[in-house]
Amino acid sequence: MALLKRLSRHELPLVPFTLNGEACSGRAGDTVLTAILTQSDRLRLSDFSGDPRAGFCQMGACQDCWVLTSDGGRVRACSTALKPEMSLRTITEPRS
Amino acid sequence: MSDAIRPLIVGAGPAGIRAAQTLVNAGVRPVVIDEAPSSGGQIYRQRLVPDERSAKDLYGSEAAKAIALHETFAQIRDRIDYLPGTLVWNLHDKAVDAVTGQRTRRIAFSHLILATGATDRVLPVPGWTLPGVFTLGGSQIALKSQGCAIGDKVVFLGSGPLLYVVAWQYVKAGANVAAVLDTAPFSAKFHLLRGLFAQPSVVLRGFRYAAELMAHGVAVRFGVQPARIDGTTRVEGIVWRERGKEHRLACDAVGYGFSLRSETQLADLAGCRFTFDTRDRAWRPERDGAGRTSVSGVYIAGDGAGIAGADAAELAGERAGLALLDDAGLPADHARIGVLERKLASIQHFRDILESAFPFPEAWATSIADDVTLCRCEEIAVGDARAAARDQGISELNRLKALTRVGMGRCQGRMCASAAVEVLASTCGRSPDAVGRLRAQPPVKPIPLEVAAEGEAA
Repeated sequence: MALLKRLSRHELPLVPFTLNGEACSGRAGDTVLTAILTQSDRLRLSDFSGDPRAGFCQMGACQDCWVLTSDGGRVRACSTALKPEMSLRTITEPRS
Repeated sequence: MSDAIRPLIVGAGPAGIRAAQTLVNAGVRPVVIDEAPSSGGQIYRQRLVPDERSAKDLYGSEAAKAIALHETFAQIRDRIDYLPGTLVWNLHDKAVDAVTGQRTRRIAFSHLILATGATDRVLPVPGWTLPGVFTLGGSQIALKSQGCAIGDKVVFLGSGPLLYVVAWQYVKAGANVAAVLDTAPFSAKFHLLRGLFAQPSVVLRGFRYAAELMAHGVAVRFGVQPARIDGTTRVEGIVWRERGKEHRLACDAVGYGFSLRSETQLADLAGCRFTFDTRDRAWRPERDGAGRTSVSGVYIAGDGAGIAGADAAELAGERAGLALLDDAGLPADHARIGVLERKLASIQHFRDILESAFPFPEAWATSIADDVTLCRCEEIAVGDARAAARDQGISELNRLKALTRVGMGRCQGRMCASAAVEVLASTCGRSPDAVGRLRAQPPVKPIPLEVAAEGEAA
């Protein structure tokens, strides 16, 4: 279930991407964080306790919104623009 | 065009842009590096793509200032070397290491103006790591840049002018704001009457925000002690105490913060001397009225130099630019310097009043429970820090970090250091200034492991 609620920007072009293998779409001008959290309520599990996290500061400071890309990369969701055909994975395994 | 000097400005918010403009007007071509993809900083942040909202929708009462700043940047764009989307991650020997995407390069400078801004000052509340809890600044970015509310039913909590600004912006944008929970007692707001003389328009706007929130049915509460944010996998409600009584409100999002804290890591790496600001309960780089730090050729301006807001940032950016020109033996407008310094002094006076109206919740450090997460990166509890202080005699912040890992995670203390200082100080019976400050370490933010280094670029 979505965490963020869109109040505007409803008419911007759709941007297709996949989240954990499922086809989704965001809107032009979305960050990766917005694109994911308008359909899901988490971005990752925390490193140690495995608790769900969904970002915090949205300005590139807290480092709580890193998500995986299917090519093995990591992106900081709040400061990465959504691009068409991005393949994103929410982090599902704690570090230890 | 003067080729004799090669200044570098870090940050393209109100301070950085006005500093750059001042240098450009004197025929100097600065390098401007900014982490964001477009200029404006946080307060005047621009959207990634235009949408149906006007500048008035985005920036409210500050729309004219935002437009003026963005126009200034467009005008100087071709007369600066601008590196957007670029992080300065290290600084030594009169050069910075800056990473753009996967590429890092070293950029030398003759003079440096740091305009690195601020982030929310947060204090842990039980439940603060739950999805649906964001900072006040983060809540504002979601709305301004992304056109999203942080939830269907939002509660805003904390202290500082931003609390009311963000809540009001949410209501205006059509979001459902259930409550504004101010940790300061109502009596603190009487200090704002003094502020009426200093900055009447700002104070009256604040009163109008509070009145309009109440008119929209938003519950505005004062003297709130946050008890916890409820939820298992996401926010389900918030519990607080008010005059000894416990209250609960169902909600699916909480935006909170307690004023702001300066981003000072680069000033630390530059070797600037720091001083403790008792009003802001934080260490900040020492500076004179012009923004000169203790290191020759290094200047600091805007909220990164101490919290004073966007208007002060514009003035301080220009002032630092003029100081740089003066120090480099270039003509600087001394009449203008006098005007800027008078305006800055008046804002500083007003900041003192604001701090009285939105005081820091001093009781937090003693009342927060041991099992609450203090460091959200390394997941260290408040009790772990207290135990280290008590059982191992730790009374200095870097020692606490080494022993408990508080502040050692990816955010490098940005989210936990303010709270760690308070916990450490209260546990060992010292004042916050007596437990030291976290030393900055490069890289100041995480950089890709696979960055490719380039040769010197000067």
